[in-house]
Amino acid sequence: MLHALVTIAGVVTTNAGGDPTPTPSPASGESFFGWLFASNGFHPPSLTDFFPDAVLFQGTIFEFNRIAMIRIVSAIVLVGIFGLVASRARIVPRRGQALVEIALDFVRLQIVDEVLGKERGKRYVAFLTALFLAVFVFNVTGVIPFLNLSGTSLIGLPIVMALWVYLLYLGAGIHHHGLLRYLRLSLFPPGIPWPIYLLLTPVEALQVFVLRPATLALRLVANMIAGHLLLVLCFSATQYFFFTASGAMRGFGAVSLAAGFAFTLFEIAVALLQAYLFTILSAVYLTLAIDEEH
Amino acid sequence: MDTTTIAAVSGNLATIGYGLATLGPGLGLGFLVGKTVESMARQPEIAAQLRMTMLIGVAFVEVLALLGLVAGFVL
Repeated sequence: MLHALVTIAGVVTTNAGGDPTPTPSPASGESFFGWLFASNGFHPPSLTDFFPDAVLFQGTIFEFNRIAMIRIVSAIVLVGIFGLVASRARIVPRRGQALVEIALDFVRLQIVDEVLGKERGKRYVAFLTALFLAVFVFNVTGVIPFLNLSGTSLIGLPIVMALWVYLLYLGAGIHHHGLLRYLRLSLFPPGIPWPIYLLLTPVEALQVFVLRPATLALRLVANMIAGHLLLVLCFSATQYFFFTASGAMRGFGAVSLAAGFAFTLFEIAVALLQAYLFTILSAVYLTLAIDEEH
Repeated sequence: MDTTTIAAVSGNLATIGYGLATLGPGLGLGFLVGKTVESMARQPEIAAQLRMTMLIGVAFVEVLALLGLVAGFVL
């Protein structure tokens, strides 16, 4: 897919219909670093990056690869940090506890109180906090050295989290209004002349039952995929410029290396922003389900 | 007679399609952020609320660009 980015050949060649030279790919037995440094030519990132070889249980539904390992490691780290801080909680927080409390306060004050309101939001604070922290931790593994791949960069985990939100807001709407009233409120918003319903009701049904959870999952996974591809592109271009290219082309390596570091910082910001968006949109969907009219 | 290739583009045209697909969301983000900045300048006291609403809107616009990205990979 991204080959077109880099193989725009500007040279005059006399070609009798021969096929273009294929880019070399890692031989299965070779080690990754052997392949990386022995190869010449440029290796654009591709979607196969997101499907690493299985580590355990190959061929079964419990197939365990690097992404699954990254997810487990980050989940353990998240639970570990919070377990540790909670077990030593003091009234006057020390530095570690203060950091954790900033994160907790952020969700409570900036997201729940702003969107749902203090009273109504109380029931959902724990859920939305867990969601925010989980999405952030799974995102940020994309820039942590030696992990280098987001836990959320395969669609499975975002789908699970989006389904969680989906069931919760449908449940909240039904709990709050009763099934029929909830359907009437969300599919037939009041205060509109009835012919508009012909147009509006299908759109609203699509919104409430399909598009909201689907876009929630897609936005997260697409952001993480794009971020990973961007970083790999920068750093593999650096490797190419430094070790394979000749002459003044090597100078571009410095540029792409700097761009790689800049995008690493950008990816940290994106991880935070996506966690914030996921949580705030969940809160908005909850509000829309609970509200009398919208 | 030999064919002489002056320039060749190989690979998938989906990349060009994705370039086009970013145009609409780009315009959308421009309007969205620009109008929000305008409103913040007029009424700085509700800047926080405006920022939050803007981010929700940004999420909706952004998903269009990301659908273009996903379509490039999937189709």
